[in-house]
Amino acid sequence: MTLRDLRTAVYPLLGVAAIVVVWQLYVAAFGVSRIVLPGPLEILRATQANWPILMRETWPTFLESVLGFALATAIGIPVAVCVANSRVLNLTLYPLLIATQSVPKVAVAPIILVWFGLGLQSKLVIAFLVAFFPIVVDTATGLRATPTGLLELARSLRASPLQIFLKVQFPAALPFIFAGAKVAVTLAVIGAVIGEFVGSLNGLGNLLLTANSQLDSPLAWAALVWLSLLGIVLFAAVVVAERLTMPWSGPARHSLD
Amino acid sequence: MTAFGHFKDVHQSFARTGQAPLVAIENISFDLPAGRLATLLGPSGCGKTTFLRIVAGLMSASRGTVRINGRDVTEPHPDFGIVFQQANLMPWRTVLNNVLFPMEILRRRDARAVARAKELLGLVGLAGFEAAYPAELSGGMQQRVALCRALVHRPKLLLMDEPFGALDELTRMEMQDLLLDIRAKTGATVLFVTHSIAEAVYISDVVVVFSKRPAVVADFIPVVLPYPRAAEIRYAAEFTALEHRAGRALGITR
Repeated sequence: MTLRDLRTAVYPLLGVAAIVVVWQLYVAAFGVSRIVLPGPLEILRATQANWPILMRETWPTFLESVLGFALATAIGIPVAVCVANSRVLNLTLYPLLIATQSVPKVAVAPIILVWFGLGLQSKLVIAFLVAFFPIVVDTATGLRATPTGLLELARSLRASPLQIFLKVQFPAALPFIFAGAKVAVTLAVIGAVIGEFVGSLNGLGNLLLTANSQLDSPLAWAALVWLSLLGIVLFAAVVVAERLTMPWSGPARHSLD
Repeated sequence: MTAFGHFKDVHQSFARTGQAPLVAIENISFDLPAGRLATLLGPSGCGKTTFLRIVAGLMSASRGTVRINGRDVTEPHPDFGIVFQQANLMPWRTVLNNVLFPMEILRRRDARAVARAKELLGLVGLAGFEAAYPAELSGGMQQRVALCRALVHRPKLLLMDEPFGALDELTRMEMQDLLLDIRAKTGATVLFVTHSIAEAVYISDVVVVFSKRPAVVADFIPVVLPYPRAAEIRYAAEFTALEHRAGRALGITR
């Protein structure tokens, strides 16, 4: 581990620590009510006291986000391939995609709940809907941005369309696909929480809402922190997958961008 | 019996909306015997790259005959190897896998192909870099990899489009020697596009000088310098005389 690596790990932690300290001092110095804004220590105590509940409620939210994201990837990438390679499909599908993207997902959520019920499925669908768009757009952009020199090289060898796709276009698009996946995975968590807010029996969003309605702000904040951690962990998982899939791009390019 | 490469009355024009068509190549005719290295020398934008793309089959001529090895060129042919101005390496492939790319496309990637790729890499001084990624290489090294990639499937014709244009002067001279060396070892016929007079004279058997657009053959200069050529020859009187003749054909000296 070089000094540079150390710095990239330490500086963000210092930033977080500074905010936590100022927050705690502010709450203590001005005697802010724990209902309005609980201090970090208060939230930590609530986390400890409600550990089993938090763990239990994390699982459904985790599943909803991950499955929604996985579905968005599984459907989004093939759709992007169609959009990028066929002018007809591009003209047919793109306006539809943009139309669905401009519908506010919070507004659609109640309808989806009617269709899919209060369980996992409805949250999965909402997470899928919000994660789908960035995957399609970034993948299609990446596929279209294949360097012309590489396409020309493949053409000069009379490569088949399938060969061009598998050996040139797709690998060239990977950085774009992962950029889309990074955005999509954090959006998937948001989608899952939207679904839980509108109607659910469990999950961190449900816990947050319940705690809030009982004015148990420390627990609500604990759930909020947990949700952010879930988002960060999923984001980091995509970054790890990116590094494993693309060992050729050096670690220097892997700031959390 | 016509020559290996036979180009007769090649003409290329591009349609433009609302204007007269842009004539890139007016009329190009010359023969390229097998095993020879011909350079196409001309000012930028004169259509020499267009001509090379026509020979490569990446573009078809408006009219005229382009015949390689007795066959009219209508589309790319696996018997050709191409080196572009940019190395065009795939960042996700190692050096060895970049060189083997044509063999994969031609479905001939086997132990012999790998051995051939390694041999070529050794020839250009890149032994030991097989597992490196392009991002770890300098521009000159990347262009060497591109040269190996163009040669790996033993093409009969090597097409080079200003391959050393993006390199610094010293690397460029090194690459010219390397090309002469490789060519002596492989016996490939080479068509080489450049806008450097010195480069054209140094590496060629024959320099085909293109005029300004619309291009015609302004001069056809046989280069009678002996092989193997080394840097000293750049200062010889014959060398300078050839440079002078090319300069006259280009209209920059009298």
